[in-house]
Amino acid sequence: MFLGRVVGSLWATVKDPQMEGLRLLVIQPVTPALEDAGKQLVCTDCTGAGAGEIVYWVRSKEASFPFLPQEPPTDATVVGIVDSIHLRAGGRAC
Amino acid sequence: MLIGRVVGDLTATQKHPSHEGRKILLVQPLNLDGTDRGNAIVALDAVDAGAGDRVLIVTDGFAAMTAVDRPLGSPIDMAVIGFIDRIELLPGVS
Repeated sequence: MFLGRVVGSLWATVKDPQMEGLRLLVIQPVTPALEDAGKQLVCTDCTGAGAGEIVYWVRSKEASFPFLPQEPPTDATVVGIVDSIHLRAGGRAC
Repeated sequence: MLIGRVVGDLTATQKHPSHEGRKILLVQPLNLDGTDRGNAIVALDAVDAGAGDRVLIVTDGFAAMTAVDRPLGSPIDMAVIGFIDRIELLPGVS
């Protein structure tokens, strides 16, 4: 899984029928120190995360598992909203 | 599998139910020489690892959900599955 920040939402009217009803979020991957790390991507969501929240997301086939028995053709899904991050004191964060 | 160093952990109240009851670790993957290998990742803990530990990470869904005793169909794609005590390499390998 990877850390990210929700930076937007996305709507698609015409899409695969298995994607109906799923929320789509734009995610900016971040480091444990919450600095931007890499390019944004679109994730489906099973948590109800909103703009600005720090989340973690799962990639590949496992991204469709939260929606079983529905099998949406997704390859990235937000699976948790982060409350707090504890880094090792004095350790490098990233 | 990858070598990594645990840099911390995170808490999440709102998350997929299959992640309940497992530590959620932030792990920095490492090269053989100990330098950082890409961005930090989020992995469930199968061995009670903590910040500062050098660990072995699996990055496949089947391996990860098996390691943390969760049913197939859980949205888990990475897990910490062991502590690394020692690495021996042939001469010239780095």
